[in-house]
Amino acid sequence: MLKRLELDDGGGSGAAGPVRFTFDGREMTGRAGDSLAAALLANGVLQFRESAVSRQPRGPFCLMGVCFECLVEIDGVANWQACMVPLAEGMTVRSQRGGPAVVPLPQTERTGS
Amino acid sequence: MRCDLAVIGAGPAGLAAATRAAEAGLAVELFDEQPAPGGQIYRAIETVPAPRRALLGPDYAAGAALAAAFRASGAGYRPGALVWNVDSQLNVDFSQDGRSRQCRARAVVVATGAIERPTPLPGWTLPGVTTAGALQILLKAQGLVPAEGVVLAGSGPLLLLLAEQLTRAGAAPRAIVETVPRGRLSAAARHLPAALRAPGYLAKGLAMLRALKRAGVPFHRGAEALAIEGADHAEALSFTAGGRRQRIESRLIALHQGVVPNQQMTRLLRCEHRWSDGQRCFLPVVDDWFESSVEKVFVAGDGAGIGGAKSAALRGRLAALGALRRLGAGEDKRLAGEAAALRGALDKDGAVRPLLEALYAPSAQILAPADDTLICRCEEVTAGALRKAVALGCPGPNQAKSFLRCGMGPCQGRLCGLAVSEVIAAERGEPQQTIDYYRIRPPLKPLPLAELAAFDVGDDAGDEAGDDQDAA
Repeated sequence: MLKRLELDDGGGSGAAGPVRFTFDGREMTGRAGDSLAAALLANGVLQFRESAVSRQPRGPFCLMGVCFECLVEIDGVANWQACMVPLAEGMTVRSQRGGPAVVPLPQTERTGS
Repeated sequence: MRCDLAVIGAGPAGLAAATRAAEAGLAVELFDEQPAPGGQIYRAIETVPAPRRALLGPDYAAGAALAAAFRASGAGYRPGALVWNVDSQLNVDFSQDGRSRQCRARAVVVATGAIERPTPLPGWTLPGVTTAGALQILLKAQGLVPAEGVVLAGSGPLLLLLAEQLTRAGAAPRAIVETVPRGRLSAAARHLPAALRAPGYLAKGLAMLRALKRAGVPFHRGAEALAIEGADHAEALSFTAGGRRQRIESRLIALHQGVVPNQQMTRLLRCEHRWSDGQRCFLPVVDDWFESSVEKVFVAGDGAGIGGAKSAALRGRLAALGALRRLGAGEDKRLAGEAAALRGALDKDGAVRPLLEALYAPSAQILAPADDTLICRCEEVTAGALRKAVALGCPGPNQAKSFLRCGMGPCQGRLCGLAVSEVIAAERGEPQQTIDYYRIRPPLKPLPLAELAAFDVGDDAGDEAGDDQDAA
């Protein structure tokens, strides 16, 4: 869906080495200088999460920290704005499916039946 | 931690303000959420490869001088720092590297710029639908462009600029679907003589349109009833133009209806705002030094009303002069002389705005979204649900929160606020000024509770010991 500009290759951006990360277990490669959101988009990922209310598919909208549509879990911590996080080697990224799970109380502590 | 002047935002306004104030000897701290200076307009300006910089054009490249002057100015710089509160004593609370700290300022320049106007349309939440600005950020910062032809839809100079930049990058849009109604141009033409006073803008605009025509980019004018189709992602944009329903397939659709001030910080600070009919949004009230209704809080750049990058830098410098004057750090007569020259330049640069505002006023469809269109994306509230709440007696945006949770999701109203104010105003038949806007509270972005719990404001006695603690 998105491609790197050809003119950038050999255009002196020597620092842009490959950066490896995973998204929902899939191995992906981005470049140094990418935001996490840009790296995901460059790997063909448009949907980053399911919405918290009714699990609609959502993906990045503004890429400037305003819309909170690109929220992902990084290394076990949820709700990062992927567009505001620089990509780092070895990141384990997971999509967020709906809202946070509420763990039910044990049966004995419930009232009623 | 202390400073004389805290500047928030490292776009043209913030860079210019921090530079000018530091050159005058003030202890300046510039806070910015991004990892490098430039804001959105000059994104990646210090690291962009030369061929990409050439492709983006001289207006973009001009940002390099601002960033260089800032680097040389001696101003303190905190990149990757989220300012999540500024209180009435001008204490600036910020989060950096996972830790929250406080900086006590004697004056503040809010230079948090613009955001894109919300564009509620059927299907606008589907993956693959972005703002036009988002695509421009990918181009500037990462050199990423659509591989298969994006459809650009809406109105405004940014839409055309992006189309032209993508075309030059070998990624011409599949189509431009412009929502400017027929007859708008002649209605806007009365602003033409004034606009000619602003050097260069009209010639650049016409050159952009010619380049797009030469490149053969299909241009649909007067489009109405836009809808994005798709189940799990965008598949096509359909619209009515030229008297018939049309459909263009694409998995990437970029929307734009102009930009508006990012009000979060000025609302948080309880600055007075007024509705602007011309810009169709709220603007913080500022005096001719760009000082807001809150003493020693200045608002520079597009945050004080949309004026573009050149005006933003001029306003930043002017706000710095205002701060120097307020803090007694400059000779009044010399400050006044410099300010007068800046105001003259601002007046000239801003002369193009009334024409642009009239020509590219937002489309009727996004100002009055259909009942089944989502207006609050976070909490999934439709325009119809909001209208029903108004019919039940909901008098304004803050009560809509209680009725519907509208504006209470993670974006904190950034992406629905203006649309919600517009819909309530229309339903109640009252002016937007009366309906007003969401009350904005700290933290300006969600923070981990553990970070808040560990937040140490330092000593509260106001002596310098806090600085040592902070450095430890």
